[in-house]
Amino acid sequence: MSEIADKVKKIVVEHLGVEESKVTPEASFIDDLGADSLDTVELVMAFEEAFNVEIPEDAAEKIATVKDAIDYIEKQKAA
Amino acid sequence: MFKLDGKVALVTGASGGIGSAIAATLHAQGATVVLSGTREEALKEQVAALGGVRAEYVVANLSDAAEADALIGKAEEKAGAPVDILINNAGLTRDNLALRMKDDEWNQVLNVDLSSPFRLCRAALKGMLRRRAGRIVNIASVVGATGNAGQANYSAAKAGMVGMSKSLAQEVGSRGVTVNVVAPGFIVTPMTDVLPDAQKEKLQSQIPLGRLGKPEDIAAAVLYLCSDEAGWVTGSTLHVNGGMAMI
Repeated sequence: MSEIADKVKKIVVEHLGVEESKVTPEASFIDDLGADSLDTVELVMAFEEAFNVEIPEDAAEKIATVKDAIDYIEKQKAA
Repeated sequence: MFKLDGKVALVTGASGGIGSAIAATLHAQGATVVLSGTREEALKEQVAALGGVRAEYVVANLSDAAEADALIGKAEEKAGAPVDILINNAGLTRDNLALRMKDDEWNQVLNVDLSSPFRLCRAALKGMLRRRAGRIVNIASVVGATGNAGQANYSAAKAGMVGMSKSLAQEVGSRGVTVNVVAPGFIVTPMTDVLPDAQKEKLQSQIPLGRLGKPEDIAAAVLYLCSDEAGWVTGSTLHVNGGMAMI
């Protein structure tokens, strides 16, 4: 697993207070990890801070799963 | 009770009558206060009046969206700590009968009295959510609930502020942040001092408690809503008007 994926997972575990084993790439923040809409906004804020990237509103809306977040950040970091 | 030691409070419109009383009251309860306003000299005097300790000021013109957006960051820089308490007190009036009201008079009031408080709330909430704590008190007006001839713009902005506060309160309640409103009635300030005595007497006769309000009457209500003791109060409007309107 990449460094980014590790860090994303850690943020999700910390923020949502869920078991690490549940934070699979396919896990949906809302459907599988019990996040509410405000949690998803806060997660995006936490990602922005941790990775020093800006995630605009239209991109943030598409980040539904752990993998979505990892992919988006990896793409930003590679660019 | 109602101690604010270690908290940072930003008060907008702090050079005005009500704003300066709010700042002084929060300061007296232990808060570090950041005063914002448009008149630097008045703000400096305010800071000096507070003994220059736990008191800072930021000059900001809230009719400018960029300045409103930047104010929370500047206040935190000055205070050296995050803003725990936001008091949206700044506001202006451009009274006119609706038939004579210019677009500009409407827009200016809506912008400064409603849009800029929203901008400040949005900026402050970011940090408050992260810290799982925070207090926002928006200063509206009795006319937001009752209306007032000649103040369609001001009444609309103040009523809008109540709706906005209730929505924000629902959005952030689960994170321990409260958003409330204080709606002052007729308060004695330099703005109202200039009214003719006959008009003041007439106003007074409509107030069951028999006098006009003092800025300190408003400040005490604000202090309550900022305190830890008000931790189970959110989305509410505290009317402080001497009984002029019982709503």
